[in-house]
Amino acid sequence: MKNTRPLRWGLTIAGWAVGLGMFFPILWMFLTSFKTEITAVATPPAFFFRPTFENYAAVLQRADYLAFARNSVLVSLGSTLLALALAIPAAYSMAFFPTRRTRDILLWMLSTKMLPAVGVLVPIYLLWRDLHLLDTVSGLILIDSASVLPIVVWMLLSFFREVPAVILEASRMDGASPAEELVHVLLPLCTPGIAATALLSVILCWNEAFWSLNLTTVKAATLANFTASFSSPEGLFWAKLSAASTLSIAPILVFGWLSQRQLVRGLSFGAVK
Amino acid sequence: MNGISTTKPRRFRTAPLLAPCVAFLFLWMIIPLAMTLWFSGERYNLLVPGKSAFAGWENYRSLLTTRALWVAMGNTLFLVGLVLVITLVGGTLFSLLLDQDFPGRNICRLLVIAPFFVMPTVSALIWKNMLMNPVFGLFAWITRSCRLGTIEFFSRAPLLSIALIVGWEWTPFAVLILLPALQSLNPDLKEAARLDGAGPVALFYHLELPHLLRPISVVAMMEMIFFLSLFAEIYVTTGGGPGLASTNLAYLIFRDAMLGWDVGRASAGGVLAIVLANIVAFFFMRMVGRNLEENR
Repeated sequence: MKNTRPLRWGLTIAGWAVGLGMFFPILWMFLTSFKTEITAVATPPAFFFRPTFENYAAVLQRADYLAFARNSVLVSLGSTLLALALAIPAAYSMAFFPTRRTRDILLWMLSTKMLPAVGVLVPIYLLWRDLHLLDTVSGLILIDSASVLPIVVWMLLSFFREVPAVILEASRMDGASPAEELVHVLLPLCTPGIAATALLSVILCWNEAFWSLNLTTVKAATLANFTASFSSPEGLFWAKLSAASTLSIAPILVFGWLSQRQLVRGLSFGAVK
Repeated sequence: MNGISTTKPRRFRTAPLLAPCVAFLFLWMIIPLAMTLWFSGERYNLLVPGKSAFAGWENYRSLLTTRALWVAMGNTLFLVGLVLVITLVGGTLFSLLLDQDFPGRNICRLLVIAPFFVMPTVSALIWKNMLMNPVFGLFAWITRSCRLGTIEFFSRAPLLSIALIVGWEWTPFAVLILLPALQSLNPDLKEAARLDGAGPVALFYHLELPHLLRPISVVAMMEMIFFLSLFAEIYVTTGGGPGLASTNLAYLIFRDAMLGWDVGRASAGGVLAIVLANIVAFFFMRMVGRNLEENR
């Protein structure tokens, strides 16, 4: 369709205003990360300034920042791998060998997402204390993978269902066992879908804050804890906070941008294809 | 049907494939749930030495008769409602705008969805410090420049400020789902409606909105689940204050459990949170169930 010229101008201006407006807080944080601590709190706010990299240097020199970052990486990758390992066989079975109960199982899996985390905070805390899982990476991996598992199953299922059953049948005719069929036929066919699912899971685990704030203190604390520790009012280290935050969100933001189209499927539970 | 073979009967048992996944989720759900229910009937405080004892309904009674619980319930529902309105209205409008053809629309879409990928603690800190800080914040500078004085966001309107932050984080989620849904609308239908003389408003009301209804309801229900246990944003910005002004149910339970070590009371609060979430979930399951059937 062709819009008239003034309308097109109006749309362009409105669209960019919305885009830049929504992005502005992130942009502002990004700019602040290149300021000195003094310019960061200057009034009027400095829009033009000599950029400095000292904040990034300072953040990266702090050994604890790297420890938090390592925990975030371990937790999000570990939870994703565990969730995929559990979900791939389940989704395979439900996609290609559905039974009368398949739909019930799927809905039940989704219903575990309805259990609010706070509702089980106390027992999980006490259990984790008794199992010596408090403040451990593996303890957090267990929790995070359980909470992403339903979304991972649903998303994988929607990708698996697009594979024509004929292809799998052909391999079965050739004498492939179900395990071989899964590993050699289905997984290679669905690599992009599995990658998108893994990415969504990494994003969700990376940004998860409730459990890491409540179950970890030092050893297994993630970047969510690290940034939350800046909330104390006495520390006005905005430039360093901005540098640390930029480093913490940049990889996930890039992943999110790259995979936005595929993410929709997992996030809408199949309502949007 | 969905391409599932009907010619070949199932030849092997699917249980070994399904069991690990189902068992993992089942344990994750049932053990904590049973423990929460059990503790909620116990007099059990980690700071008070000695055994726990049966307390019957005492925890519930003490919780239900304190003002804090009702304030927190009210705050929870207020936050959920307000942020839902912000994100759904904002998300729908932004999606309609980004669905239009203008130079740079793809870049604008990326800019709009960006906040969804930002860690909640980081978003809360950016807003709290760099934008809403009454002395050094950008908003304070703008309002002062306009001679409007400064707005003390978190002491004057803590809930509204938190709603603003959460709205900023989750409007992109609505766009992420609603924009592709809008784009999946058959362009011929739109063209036909336009040829029949439908203006933009009529087009939206009679064609696009009905088409968006299901994705909108999925977004609403998903968001409701998250907003019912909003935590990180409150933890970072106001700590539930001033007083109880921004304490929601999640934060109240956190305070009882992690700051007061009152296991019994926090568990009773947890049970109430679960009940509240289940009322919401009831509607969600009905809707998703219907979606599932329509998609198949």
